[in-house]
Amino acid sequence: MTALAATTGFTNAPLWFATRSTALIAFVLLTLATVLGIAATQRALASPAWPRFASQHLHRNLSLLAVGFMLAHVFTTLLDSFVQVSWWSLVVPGASSYKTFWVALGTLAFDIIVVITVTSLLRGRMSARSWRAVHLAAYGLWPLALVHFLQTGTDAAHGRWGLWLGLGSLAVVAAAAVGRLLTANPARPLRSVARSSR
Amino acid sequence: MRVRVNPIACVAHGVCAELLPEWVELDEWGYPVLDGEPLPAQLVTHARRAAAACPARAVVLSED
Repeated sequence: MTALAATTGFTNAPLWFATRSTALIAFVLLTLATVLGIAATQRALASPAWPRFASQHLHRNLSLLAVGFMLAHVFTTLLDSFVQVSWWSLVVPGASSYKTFWVALGTLAFDIIVVITVTSLLRGRMSARSWRAVHLAAYGLWPLALVHFLQTGTDAAHGRWGLWLGLGSLAVVAAAAVGRLLTANPARPLRSVARSSR
Repeated sequence: MRVRVNPIACVAHGVCAELLPEWVELDEWGYPVLDGEPLPAQLVTHARRAAAACPARAVVLSED
């Protein structure tokens, strides 16, 4: 066995490999969930072959799967000794001594995911407006996860493949978001009509 | 159980008709039309699912 394999092999640091791989899966799932969440609002995309509830429910299931992998990611990070990250930094942004700022973005994303997940599970007990107001935070969550992935992760550093995954995901989410903005309902003209008829 | 629609909240997303096609019909503008008859027992689970999936939370279920 070479010296390199001996120091960085899976058997020597399984938690480090676990935290990297679960982060990667969580990020890809989060990207898919974000795109489907945007797609679910698009009336034009619905058809008998792919009704709206398909996007809606796939969005929910992928999001819950992403939450699961994200939990695995944060707990393997905490348990691993490769980087020293305190238990506090799970929920308090800026508590990590390792890459304080970039880990803080991940912590912030974690907090937002928790709030979005809880409010969505309780959606039946909330008004549609307040649920939606909270859920819009997802548009802030995904960029936080992206920057956290690009800047904290060693797989995205120095132009490695993680960088291309991140940039590719950015292109997909940006395209979905731009499409959503282009098809947004125009501002209701009622007010201007009322003004002109006065 | 009866299914009603809050006409003020409804914005014709049409998800209720996708999930409960046996009971919900859409008018020509995509708004659900319901006759308010008691729901058959075998559709209750589907009705709950449709109410939960409504993006506008406009589907109202009432026990009676």
